[in-house]
Amino acid sequence: MDQFTLNLLVVGASFALYIGIAIWARAGSTSEFYAAGQGVNPVVNGMATAADWMSAASFISMAGLIAFVGYSNSTFLMGWTGGYVLMAMLLAPYLRKFGKYTVPEFVGDRYYSTSARVVAVICLLVISVTYVIGQMTGAGVAFSRFLEVTSTQGLLIASAVVFVYAVLGGMKGITYTQVAQYIVLIVAYTIPAVFISLQLTGNPIPGLGLFSTMPSTGEPLLVTLNGLLTDLGFSEYTTGSNPWLMALFTLSLMIGTAGLPHVIIRFFTVPKVADARWSAGWALVFIALLYLTAPAVGAMARLNITTTMWPNGVENDAVAIDELPDWFQTWSVTGLLKVEDKNGDGRIQYYNEGGPGMAELAAERGWAGNELVTFNRDILVLANPEIAQLPGWVVALIAAGGLAAALSTAAGLLLAISSAISHDLVKSVFNPDISEKGELLVARISMAFAIALATWLGINPPGFAAQVVALAFGLAAATLFPTLMMGIFSKRMNAPGATWGMVAGLVVTCAYLFAYLGVFFVPGTNMLPNNADNWLFGIPPTHFGPIGAAINFAVAYAVSSVTAAPPKHIQDLVESVRIPRGAGAALAK
Amino acid sequence: MAENNNAYWSANIRLVTICLVIWALCSYGFAILLRPMLSGIAVGGTDLGFWFAQQGSILVFLALIFFYAWRMNKLDKEFGVDEQ
Repeated sequence: MDQFTLNLLVVGASFALYIGIAIWARAGSTSEFYAAGQGVNPVVNGMATAADWMSAASFISMAGLIAFVGYSNSTFLMGWTGGYVLMAMLLAPYLRKFGKYTVPEFVGDRYYSTSARVVAVICLLVISVTYVIGQMTGAGVAFSRFLEVTSTQGLLIASAVVFVYAVLGGMKGITYTQVAQYIVLIVAYTIPAVFISLQLTGNPIPGLGLFSTMPSTGEPLLVTLNGLLTDLGFSEYTTGSNPWLMALFTLSLMIGTAGLPHVIIRFFTVPKVADARWSAGWALVFIALLYLTAPAVGAMARLNITTTMWPNGVENDAVAIDELPDWFQTWSVTGLLKVEDKNGDGRIQYYNEGGPGMAELAAERGWAGNELVTFNRDILVLANPEIAQLPGWVVALIAAGGLAAALSTAAGLLLAISSAISHDLVKSVFNPDISEKGELLVARISMAFAIALATWLGINPPGFAAQVVALAFGLAAATLFPTLMMGIFSKRMNAPGATWGMVAGLVVTCAYLFAYLGVFFVPGTNMLPNNADNWLFGIPPTHFGPIGAAINFAVAYAVSSVTAAPPKHIQDLVESVRIPRGAGAALAK
Repeated sequence: MAENNNAYWSANIRLVTICLVIWALCSYGFAILLRPMLSGIAVGGTDLGFWFAQQGSILVFLALIFFYAWRMNKLDKEFGVDEQ
């Protein structure tokens, strides 16, 4: 059977599974549609949260992100996991006790204000819509690579599948498909990693292999890698850049993670407050299975690729172009990889010619420019099974895994978007008298609308697709996280304080991003060049989240201290979300 | 009742504070800002700071969340505010 048929079979089987689950887990009420009936086991919810959280970027791109920068990009590993500590201790249990369906609903009730709720809806929509564009394009790309369709066709197939299970099942259907998607993606990610780790270090656990000794060189893997890279004029793998900027970026990702609405709402689905606490731990267990493997995959792939270029060390000749391994040829066809013999010597010139002591080598070998002209970092994960010489069904699994990662995150985001529209806008602002059945219908229509919007944006991505992650994390950090936290930890925080705090966080963060990256990220409309000389206090726009959050906190405290304290019943509400007792009663209603 | 609830809340704040100090120390501290201080401790071909940045922090985060959940569930019962 050829690879294409195999891919088609494995991906097709995984889709059939998702749709089967959706038919089994149909939502019959708004409680099921928004919060899966608040009856999800905490371990199951942890697994669903892990799939919800780990996007196409985590699955396909993160290992490459770390591999080509090394230590400095550990910020992604810590940032995207450390946020769960904040969520587990500062938000999830209390929001579960509150016991309703959406993030803006908590903001609206806690701050007894429809305008606060509407501002929260705006923040949520900006965050989630920008985030979902990346998922839809990611799904389209994954399809086009493995199933020989264009990325637009791929995107339409992905939308159709999400449409079936999200419209039918709401949160309930999404939860159980996410569990299946988690299993597909973690198996697909782990198998090639285990074999590569075995081949290089003899240790089957990639995370341990990363710190093990390589039998072939007799040195630890990281020492071998550092040696190879410095020989080629690159900087050491384990050496870092400005530590203060690393710390600030990590903080930005952590606060942003804790403030992402599509993750927060997953904790509304468990039965009890105690379950919400455990569930955050389980979510991180399932996330860590991938996040502890990713840096090993990155380092090992970088090592494999470097030794492919220089099979006999830097003292000897580089690899001849017609002797490149098969996977190199296979992936050249996709355009993710391209070699060009600029100096016509039949070998690949690939080193940092400007690095220390490299001028000599460059002169000797006849440098005419880097000859590995294209090297897409996603290759590290996509080509892993071929690099490890694994059978075709593992390649097919990677295809299914990449799609599972993209679809599960897209579905979670779409639910956050549609519930904000149907529950926070239609039900609370426009038509409070709507019946339970009517609201369920509106929720389904909103979901269909959200999918159509996300599909359209995925096919016609605005110019800023690359900046999307920075925007989503920065805004989540600057708007929702401080507002939710103050709603729980400060009894004195009132409606004007919270509302103005959110508005200030939103406006200042957008202004800072737009000033350097262009108004709505349209190239050429930026007011200042995006470089270190122009950044305020040297803070890059991507690192701005914590500053936005600090502004939110400061404005909120200043405004609330000069306005009236919240009424008695709101202070009682704060008291009640702090105490677990009674969460079960809310379920029984 | 109110007094009991306040004592419960103070105990929670204390616990959260301790956990977050450890959280910050391992990630921002050992993995980034204090890494030079730990550079003498070798781990698998590199130093302890690198290990914290790529693995150690994540393992500490996990331990913290489970410790917090276990400790809070006990506190809930001690203060009689657990869900029945």
